[in-house]
Amino acid sequence: MADISLKGVVKRYGRTEVVHGIDLDIAHNEFVVLVGPSGCGKSTTLRMIAGLEDISDGAISIGPRVVNDLPPRKRNISMVFQNYALYPHMTVRENLGFGLKIAKQSPAEIARRVDEAAEILGLGALMERTPAELSGGQRQRVAMGRAIVRHPEAFLFDEPLSNLDAKLRVQMRTEIKKLHRTVKTTVVYVTHDQVEAMTLADRIVVMKDGHIEQVGTPMEVFDHPVNTFVASFIGSPPMNLLPARISDGQVVFAGGTGLPVPTRLADRVRDGQEVTFGLRPDDLTPQGHGIARGGERAQLTLEVGLSELLGTETILYTRIGDQEVQGKMFGPRDVAAGERLTFDVALDRAHLFDTVTGRSVRRL
Amino acid sequence: MGRTLRKRLAAVGLWLLTFVLMVIMCVPGLWVVLTAFRPNAEVLAKPPVWIPENPSLNNFAKIFGFGADQVAIPVPAYFANSLIIALTSTVIALLIGMSGGYAFARYRFRFKNGLFLGLMLSRTVPGIALSLPIFIIWSRLGLIDAKLGLIIVYVALNVPFTIWLIDGFFRQIPKEMSEAAQVDGCTRWQAFWKIEFPLAKSGIASAGIFAFLTSWNEYALASNLTRSTDSKTLPVGLMDFTAQFTIDWAGMSAMAVIIIVPALILTFLVQKHLIAGLTFSGVKG
Repeated sequence: MADISLKGVVKRYGRTEVVHGIDLDIAHNEFVVLVGPSGCGKSTTLRMIAGLEDISDGAISIGPRVVNDLPPRKRNISMVFQNYALYPHMTVRENLGFGLKIAKQSPAEIARRVDEAAEILGLGALMERTPAELSGGQRQRVAMGRAIVRHPEAFLFDEPLSNLDAKLRVQMRTEIKKLHRTVKTTVVYVTHDQVEAMTLADRIVVMKDGHIEQVGTPMEVFDHPVNTFVASFIGSPPMNLLPARISDGQVVFAGGTGLPVPTRLADRVRDGQEVTFGLRPDDLTPQGHGIARGGERAQLTLEVGLSELLGTETILYTRIGDQEVQGKMFGPRDVAAGERLTFDVALDRAHLFDTVTGRSVRRL
Repeated sequence: MGRTLRKRLAAVGLWLLTFVLMVIMCVPGLWVVLTAFRPNAEVLAKPPVWIPENPSLNNFAKIFGFGADQVAIPVPAYFANSLIIALTSTVIALLIGMSGGYAFARYRFRFKNGLFLGLMLSRTVPGIALSLPIFIIWSRLGLIDAKLGLIIVYVALNVPFTIWLIDGFFRQIPKEMSEAAQVDGCTRWQAFWKIEFPLAKSGIASAGIFAFLTSWNEYALASNLTRSTDSKTLPVGLMDFTAQFTIDWAGMSAMAVIIIVPALILTFLVQKHLIAGLTFSGVKG
C-alpha cells in the first residue's frame, strides 16, 4: 500500500524521446487510469513504474523509496498484462502460487493466500485446470488473482480488458472496480478506452504524444477539458468541435450561422479571435427532448439528416453552417430525414478553445 | 452413387500414392536391414533374393568378433567414439544455440540482422568444401585423429541451425511471460529457467535431435579427420568392410543397422517433443 510519484520521467529509445518528462502523484489507494490513443506513451509509463523499462531521466518512487534502479521483483508491485501472460505449463493453482513460491513462503501460507484469492475471484472450480482450458474471462480472473495473492503495494493493469468481447468487458470492468474496493490498494490502469477510464477511475490522466494533457476526476475531465484533444477524446459520441470567429459578442461559424458567446466566457475572448466552439451532443437537443436543467440557452433551427435510434436516445446528424454536428434527442420520437427542428443549445455547458493553441479559453 | 464411387476411387488412389511414396522412401532402408541378416553370397545373387532364405545373426556375431571367421573391426570403439562425439557436440551446440537463440529472440543489438544472416549463409557452404582447409589447420593443431577435432567441427556445423531453430521457439513465447515472472519476483535468470525454458523445451529437444543426427551420421568430414580407433566414428568404420578386392556387403549392412538403431530409438523417445516442437501449439490457448 503506497503512493506512487513520477517526477520529470523521460523515456528515450536511442534518440527518439517517447515520454517527455511526466510529473504525476498517485495517492495511496487511489485508482488512477492512464488513457490516450495508441502510441501516447501510457503503456511505456506503466512499464517504467513496473521496472520493465529503464527510465531515461527523472525519478519514480513507490512509497518512500526511489525505485529507478530497482528490478521489477524488488518493487513489490504486481501487474496484469493485456494477454494475461499466464504460465501455460502450470495449473491455475500453480500460477497463483508462483510468486509466493519464488518468495520462499511456506506451503501452508501459499495455500492459505491462494485460497483467499481464489475465494475473492470465484476461481474455486478452476484451480486444477491449465490456462489453455480456460475462457477469456476466466483467464482474466486468474491473472488478477495472481496479482492479488502477493499483497503488493500497487496493482498495474496494462489494457487488461482489450482482449475480451464487449459483454465480458463490461462485466469484468465491474469486477475490477469491486476488487479495488475489496483489496484496497493503489491501482494504475492503462487503457485506450475512454469509457473504461470514466467508469473505473478516481482520477483520469489523459495522455497524448508522450505528454500529460490533463489530470482530473472523470467529472472534471468531462466537464472542463483543458484543450480540444481532451474534449474530443473523452465522451461518446465525441464533442462537436466547430471552427468559428468571435465577432460582436457572437460566435460566428463558417457558413454564417452565429450563437451568442456564453456569458461566463465573454471576458475571456476578444473580438476577431479565431476559436473552436465545443459542444457535446447532449447539449444540442431538440426542444422538449433535452435534459431538464436550467442555464443559459440559445436556439437554432437545423435540418436533420441521418438519425440513429439507440433506445433511450437518438443521435441526430445535422449541420451548423457547413459543419457536420451531432445532437441528441432524449425520449426519442421518429424523425424523418430532412425534418427541421428547433434545437436548444446549452450555452452554459459550451466550450471555447483558442484555435492556435487548442487550449480552453476559460481560466485554468 | 457416382459421387460416392468417385470419392472412394479418390481415396484408393491416395492410398496407392502414399504406398508408392513410402516404398520409395523405405526400400533402401529395408534392403539394408534385410541384408544385415543374410550371407554375403545371397547379396550378390541374380535374380535378387528379397527375403533372406536363411536369416541369421552371423553378420552381427562376426562384427563383434564371435564365431569362426572374425572380422577385425573394432565396432565397440567406433560406437563409443560416435557416442562421445555426437553427444558432446550436441550438448555444446544446444548450450550455444540456447544462449544465441534467446539473445536473437529477446534482445536488440547492433548488427543483429547481419549476424543472423551470416549464420544462415554459413549453412550454404557445403561441408566438404571445407574439408581441405580444416584438414590443414587441424593437422597443424594436432587435432587430426582426435575426438576433440571432430567435436569442434560438428559444433560449428550445428550451431547456426540450433540458434535458428531455438530463436524461432523463444520468439513464439510472448515476452510478457518472462516479464510477468519478473514482476512475480523472479530474476531474469529464474524467469528463464522456470518459465521460458520449460515452454521452449520441445523446440530445444527437436534442435537437439537434429544436431545429434547430423553428428551421428556425418561421414565426409569424419573420414578425412580420423585415422584410428582413437577417433573413427561408425560411418567411417563402414569403410573397413571394403578390402582390396572384396566388399563385405552383408557385414556393412549389419553395421549400418547398428548405426541406425540408436538414432531410431532416440528419435522415438523424443518424438512427442519433436512433433510438439515442430508444430508448436501449447503456449497460446
